[in-house]
Amino acid sequence: MVAASPTISTAELAHIAQKLRVHVVKMIAAANSGHPGGSLSAVDIITALYFGRVLKHDPKNPTWPDRDRFILSKGHGVPALYAALAEAGYFPVSELMTLRQVNSRMQGHPVQGLTPGIEASTGSLGQGLSVGVGHALAARLDGKTFRTYVLLGDGECQEGQVWEAAMTAGNYELGSLTAIVDSNRYQLDGAVEDINSLTPLDAKFESFGWRVIQVDGHDVGAVRVALHQARESHDVPVCIIAHTVKGKGVTYMENNNDFHGKSPNADQLQVALSQLTD
Amino acid sequence: MTTTGTTLTLGKATREAYGEALLEVGTENKNIIVIDADLAKSTFSWTFGKVFPERFFNIGIQEANMVGIASGLASCGKIPFISSFAAFILCKGFDQLRMGAAYPKLNVKVAGSHGGISIGEDGVSQQSVEDVALACALPGFIVCIPSDEHTMHAAVRAAAEHEGPVYLRLGRPKTYVVHEAGVHFEFGRSIQVRDGHDLTIVANGLLVAQALMAADTLAKKGVEARVIDMHTIKPIDAAALERASHETGAFVVAEEHMHHGGLGSAVAQALVAGTPAPVEYVDLGDRYAESGKPDDLLEKYGMTAKNIVSAAERVLARK
Repeated sequence: MVAASPTISTAELAHIAQKLRVHVVKMIAAANSGHPGGSLSAVDIITALYFGRVLKHDPKNPTWPDRDRFILSKGHGVPALYAALAEAGYFPVSELMTLRQVNSRMQGHPVQGLTPGIEASTGSLGQGLSVGVGHALAARLDGKTFRTYVLLGDGECQEGQVWEAAMTAGNYELGSLTAIVDSNRYQLDGAVEDINSLTPLDAKFESFGWRVIQVDGHDVGAVRVALHQARESHDVPVCIIAHTVKGKGVTYMENNNDFHGKSPNADQLQVALSQLTD
Repeated sequence: MTTTGTTLTLGKATREAYGEALLEVGTENKNIIVIDADLAKSTFSWTFGKVFPERFFNIGIQEANMVGIASGLASCGKIPFISSFAAFILCKGFDQLRMGAAYPKLNVKVAGSHGGISIGEDGVSQQSVEDVALACALPGFIVCIPSDEHTMHAAVRAAAEHEGPVYLRLGRPKTYVVHEAGVHFEFGRSIQVRDGHDLTIVANGLLVAQALMAADTLAKKGVEARVIDMHTIKPIDAAALERASHETGAFVVAEEHMHHGGLGSAVAQALVAGTPAPVEYVDLGDRYAESGKPDDLLEKYGMTAKNIVSAAERVLARK
């Protein structure tokens, strides 16, 4: 378990991120099923949120009413989130290896009410930002100061509901809401740019009334800075576009869309682990 | 209301009663939040909205987003009542209801207005003939079609007090009053509105009044029909059906819905699990309707007292 430190360095965050990556590939290999590419691309973002003193949360009290919310809208990336929640102390690290097995709390996609720390049931893409709008509205109605973060995939932004929610958040000036786009440039069938391009994504969010911050999604220190900048925004919602590499950290998975939804085999796992534990 | 020959009086539309009840329960419970998708004046959610603007959100024409927002609000302890036309909120919001209300068992209340074909002139795109089937396909949802203003009022209160997702269907036209004000109402507990021992007519929504009219006609022919207002389709009141099966031995099910997946399916499913009896159906069948005046449509598509009488005669012949 990794305790959040007030003075955690970028190097320490990077170390935690590698540890989460090891969990991710081991979990998916043990399940022989899962989405390594989009889990690995999201690891540094999730690390900055949970270990970079961004999220106000209490692993021993997951339903604390004043906690910040983190909604993983790209639900297929959940191995990265389970790994972070386990390392933060929400549940035992040993439970990670039950991913996708019957009777496990580590379901294939996030399940609200089953797994401590999971805020929304997702996996049907495009819905998490609307749920985040609901949380942000509830905070406003109750005069609470908690903040809501929603992590989306770039391919996911092809879903129309994302833009319904973006429009509403912009018009309602939901300053407590932050969207983070894990822009790894791929979706299941290929490159986002080829299938149905989102370019320019920044201008789209800006035109809906959002402030946009662009960041290298694998520079965990830079991601932390961006998230802290978003915390200081109170007038409009913020979208952080995190430029990432699908499969980041395992060379044969990087930008290789074969590993969108395929587990590494035993040999591949060993290669991955050796690269991640260098 | 069990006597033969009762004259029914036309009351409010159930959507109007919905708005009034929402205002009442929302006055008592500050956790109630109301969201509409640009049909607030049609669904009568505006009755609440104009009094409590700080707890009312007109989200615009975004049914899917509305359901997702309700999911977030319910996750924070609010009790969102969300409304639109039944055809839109169930069809456009179905995946969101599945992921954001049913699966996490959240306290989301869904009001689908202008249900059935009695919305009339607007035609098929606005006529919800499959909403019950869709709502019943959401695990854990209570699915309810109140028959008049009094049961609608009670159903809104019951929905606010129930912990979990609820679907209520509201109707556009003014509806006959078939219950007394303050009628005892519980989800899953049907209301017998007339006794009889020759057959049982099970109905909901505006077909309950038609069933009572049909029972009057049948009585003149010497047939005594029991009439049950089965306002809750899920969970179905299996005990009342079992009793009626023993005591009357034949059923007509009448509803303003397509044949599949509605009240008829639920009644048949319950009966074969208990004491089976012959059943005839009064419903839209396996089709859509068209534009027209509500009464003309109900007549053309076979959902009137006259059709219930014919179905009763058919089922008695099978008894």
